[in-house]
Amino acid sequence: MIDWPLVSVIIFLPLIGALIILFIKEDELTSINIKWAALLATLGTFILSLILWLQFDYSNPSYQYEEKFKWFDDFNFFYHVGVDGISLFMILLSTFLTPLCILASWNNIKKRVKEYMLSFLFLETVMIGMFASIDILLFYIFFEAVLIPMYLIIGIWGGNRRIYASFKFFLYTLLGSVLMLIAIIVMYRNTSSMSIEFLQGNYFSYNTQLFLWLAFFASFAVKIPMWPFHTWLPDAHVEAPTAGSVILAGVLLKMGGYGFIRFSLGMLPEATEFFIPLIMTLSIVAIVYTSLVALAQTDIKKLIAYSSVAHMGIVTIGIFLVNQQGLEGAMMQMISHGLVSAALFLCVGVIYDRMHTREIEFYGGLVQRMPLYATVFMIFMLGSVGLPGTSGFIGEFLVIVGAFKFSSYVVIGAAFGIILSAVYMLYLYKRIIFGTITNNKLADILDINTREKIILIPLAISVILLGIFPNLFLDPMRLSLELIITNYEIANAK
Amino acid sequence: MLNNIYNIFFIPEIFLACSSFVCLLFGLFLKKNAFRQTSNLAVFVLLLTILLVYYDSESNFANYKSLFSHSSFINFFKILALLGSIASIIISKDYFLGIKLKNFEIPVLFLFSTLGMMLMIASNNLMSMYLAIELQSLSLYVAAAIKRDSISSAESGVKYFILGALSSGILLYGFSLIYGFTGSMNFDDISFYLSKYDNLNLGLIFGLVFVMVGLAFKVSAVPFHMWTPDVYEGAPNSITGFFAIVPKIAAVALIYRFCLVPFGNFYLEWSQIILFLSIASMFLGAVAAIAQSNIKRLLAYSSIGHIGYILIALVAANDDGIKAASIYMFSYMIMNVAIFAILLSLKVKNEYLINISDLKGLSKSNPIVSLSISIIMLSMAGIPPFIGFFGKFYVFIAAIEQELYMLSVLGVLASVISAFYYLRIIKIMYFDESKSEGIINFQISFQSKIILSLSLFVIICFIFYPSLLINISASLTI
Repeated sequence: MIDWPLVSVIIFLPLIGALIILFIKEDELTSINIKWAALLATLGTFILSLILWLQFDYSNPSYQYEEKFKWFDDFNFFYHVGVDGISLFMILLSTFLTPLCILASWNNIKKRVKEYMLSFLFLETVMIGMFASIDILLFYIFFEAVLIPMYLIIGIWGGNRRIYASFKFFLYTLLGSVLMLIAIIVMYRNTSSMSIEFLQGNYFSYNTQLFLWLAFFASFAVKIPMWPFHTWLPDAHVEAPTAGSVILAGVLLKMGGYGFIRFSLGMLPEATEFFIPLIMTLSIVAIVYTSLVALAQTDIKKLIAYSSVAHMGIVTIGIFLVNQQGLEGAMMQMISHGLVSAALFLCVGVIYDRMHTREIEFYGGLVQRMPLYATVFMIFMLGSVGLPGTSGFIGEFLVIVGAFKFSSYVVIGAAFGIILSAVYMLYLYKRIIFGTITNNKLADILDINTREKIILIPLAISVILLGIFPNLFLDPMRLSLELIITNYEIANAK
Repeated sequence: MLNNIYNIFFIPEIFLACSSFVCLLFGLFLKKNAFRQTSNLAVFVLLLTILLVYYDSESNFANYKSLFSHSSFINFFKILALLGSIASIIISKDYFLGIKLKNFEIPVLFLFSTLGMMLMIASNNLMSMYLAIELQSLSLYVAAAIKRDSISSAESGVKYFILGALSSGILLYGFSLIYGFTGSMNFDDISFYLSKYDNLNLGLIFGLVFVMVGLAFKVSAVPFHMWTPDVYEGAPNSITGFFAIVPKIAAVALIYRFCLVPFGNFYLEWSQIILFLSIASMFLGAVAAIAQSNIKRLLAYSSIGHIGYILIALVAANDDGIKAASIYMFSYMIMNVAIFAILLSLKVKNEYLINISDLKGLSKSNPIVSLSISIIMLSMAGIPPFIGFFGKFYVFIAAIEQELYMLSVLGVLASVISAFYYLRIIKIMYFDESKSEGIINFQISFQSKIILSLSLFVIICFIFYPSLLINISASLTI
């Protein structure tokens, strides 16, 4: 095992990069240095996080690489971080996507490069910190601190309605998370512990659990987002710059799913059992409704944003099935959605950088001029639809298999959503890529350049890798998920 | 007990009183630079007073027949008030020189008002409490109106005076009722007398309510907050800074001591009043600040909101509540010192900044300052990882310890509403495109820079070593 604080280094390396950037004076010449510093810091973080995966002990369901220091003298609050099978891939997703985001913003962010890179590096630190924390207070601090850089990224570098979108994003998610703060304090008062590891079990009375569950639900349902709390998402996605949308879809939405698994399932099993019908109903409504809404969109980003809500509906179904297939499927769907939707937003960014519009009407026949682009876009589009051989298939398949154990109505709803997702994605692809070029402005559009290849090809490879070798990802998380399911079943068997 | 008569000068309050007179004479006899020199001397005197408070031993000979009391809680708040007063004298020096208001009386007024606050915090008797409040308020009335040629300053002074006098009258009436029904003015005697009874009689309840109204006026809790925005707006900026930072500390300590010492056994009677004041302050502070265009009025409403959170901890009325109040008050002081240190150094076209919309474009012309303002605003909104979050966190811990779930939920909801106007300031600095750049000047003296950097350091780095403050505040006894 590793005898140096690997997890802390991964958490704080981006922040150190940010501190270095803070002291680089920004002007025309040095902005390239700022970009390189940011890229190196994030790449270094990614390489270190790969060590986490390589050295990971598959036979250990609980936390590994633990670090624990007393943080507050008066209460049992610790600086306690570690990685288990559930958080491992969330951390990898964050560290993988952030350098790609930096690369994606290389040329199209022209104003305030320094603040931009600072925001992204700070964002990476808090994202990783959130997934790695084992102390709930630490988790909460990172969870809420995510809002600050994201608010700035949407508000400063966003589109026309960026101010509306940034305020909506901030206040909506803040409202959810402050209720979680109350719940956290109540939990602490009842158990005198803030350790996520310790609280995995059934420590609260039934009525307390119901209230706590609702408070956590307020926070995570907004974050993931579930219908009807999803309205901030299309606005935030559409107005955010490309890299902002990538992080938002790729990582921030996963915070909700991660929270459901850790807190709702892990700590409040009896209340979860009570609320499962609610979650299933909301998820199926989300899948069907947002898929139909996505079908009617004229803005590419908005379409992908609504498709995100639908895909996260599959995730919530998978989580609250609380069986092996369901949870594994939900985790796979989260990872897959993190890669695919991030890649789709990057693809939209490619043509947006060239044409400065996201209207579907504007495009058509891109395959004539951009064959390589059409190919990678197709891989991601099929990944989003869930074609066998891509990552999307594994997640959706496992969730549906798990859902058969629960109720066939849920299966029908989920399957219907998957069919709809094929409809809107293929329809989108047909309108943008196929056909002949009707718009003269597209006549000399260029295919993807080297930088864009460097961004998109690793994503395409990982989407296919995930689809062909799912066990590469499922094996490390299996025991950790089993632990949660066992705890859950013991609590509800009583 | 009194070994040496000269020891009496080492009692912090007596030392401060004598030194204030020395400062007054010092300023009077100086020909040049009277204001600057007196300010420096005042800061020095306050620093010495902090040392004296810190080393003030447990010998109770300063009690004057228990007119005053002595405890770690009192000492903590005294030091807090002294620190706030030092910071606000230092950061306001350049401002006064900038608007050519060079009366050397200003630092002396601050000294006298600080003396009043120290006595307020320590008072253990209705009479001494009243006299201390009056000493504090009279100095502040004069300070508010110190810019004699300005109509708004005079207006704010008069408003403050009239409403302050009214509240003092109400307070006194309450005192007289309490005295009449208990036969004593001493907090401990009142507490002892009341311990024989299960509930308060009508006269005492009236007295309690009247005193609560007077104290609510002093902490500017809703619905007795009306004076705050007007006085904040009218007074010169640096006086506003003093108002925002220091008197609140003393008033909060006083309301805590008054509720918990003489009426400690009658929680139900006063907690309902405080509960209402708290909820009303949080929500009014949050909602009314949204529409403000004047930064001073905005900060006034923001301080009303903060008072609401501190009163939550008073409703909790347990050890955690006292701890929460001291942490919250500390963070409140630090954040206000930082924001006023910046505001007193920002000039728009040679005028000191008043309108929030003038902050437009600051992030381009002065990125460090706008980053600092953003951090302070996020901290005030209670967003982690800054110190403001921990203040709120401890308040809610105290409230939930007392099972005040509804109050906590209302508190966090109000904090979401208030986040809106703090975010609006960041929005104006960062998101709004400004056409005319470079009209904002940031000139700050070396001393204010130190104060500003220190307070920013505390705001940002509190998270790394919270135990320092928390251990102190956990050991406080009222």
